[in-house]
Amino acid sequence: MNATQRLDATFSALADPTRRAILARLASGDASVAELARPFDMSQPAVSKHLKVLERAGLISRGRDAQRRLSRIEGSSLEDAFGWLRDYRRFWERSYERLDALLDELKAEGTRTVRARRRKGSRR
Amino acid sequence: MNAATKHSDTLQLVPRGEREIVITRMFDAPRKLVYRAFTEPALVRRWMNGPGGYSMPVCDMDFRVGGKYRYVWKSDKDGSEMALVGEFREIVPDKRIVRTETFEGPWSPGETVGTVELAESGGKTTVTTTVVYPSLQARDAMLKSGMKQGLAMSYDRLEEVLAAG
Repeated sequence: MNATQRLDATFSALADPTRRAILARLASGDASVAELARPFDMSQPAVSKHLKVLERAGLISRGRDAQRRLSRIEGSSLEDAFGWLRDYRRFWERSYERLDALLDELKAEGTRTVRARRRKGSRR
Repeated sequence: MNAATKHSDTLQLVPRGEREIVITRMFDAPRKLVYRAFTEPALVRRWMNGPGGYSMPVCDMDFRVGGKYRYVWKSDKDGSEMALVGEFREIVPDKRIVRTETFEGPWSPGETVGTVELAESGGKTTVTTTVVYPSLQARDAMLKSGMKQGLAMSYDRLEEVLAAG
């Protein structure tokens, strides 16, 4: 994989909320499949499938010990992806949460008074 | 799984093809209101200021095709500023806005083209923002480092970001 393919794999791996939650769990320490499956109320094969995707994307590595194969978060590829992404995503997430509140306000305004239809187009 | 139920929709952010990034989010409001929130400066300033710790002292827009806009964000902490400037290319009221976007600064990835599209269904509005970078290299440079230096948003703990959404 070249850098771009790797980045694409990283982002598509991260598009899934379950995999993000697994990463969040791994951020606080290495864990086995069984340990990961428990809080998520998922079967171990289902967790394994997610771990494979994460591994392919370079987001985690998995230990060799077959008995207790621990998954570990891989910092550098996360850093590549998140250096930019965490800020950009956060910017829009938080902004959009504020927009939710603003829209609620505008809706309430709309129901209180029948507003003259706004002129569309040029403003200011 | 990630059991917390959110009353707001989850934001989706994915790269598409070689030069695009697509952000999708649904809002519990009709399209006309969402459109106003994106096009009236007094409203834009109330929400488009990121994760907190930033204000938006400048939000000038000459909202017509060929008109220019300039947004400035200012850090409460150190007063540093970041500006986004550009020109409106296409305006379809209540539906679609296309504009050029350039961050002012040495780390800027160059001019990007941003399209905001609004689609309403059952009183809810889905906003799809597509950003097209001038080249694959520019997008990936952006992915790797651009915003990190530019926005200089406060870095929260990684877990929080990973858990988001």
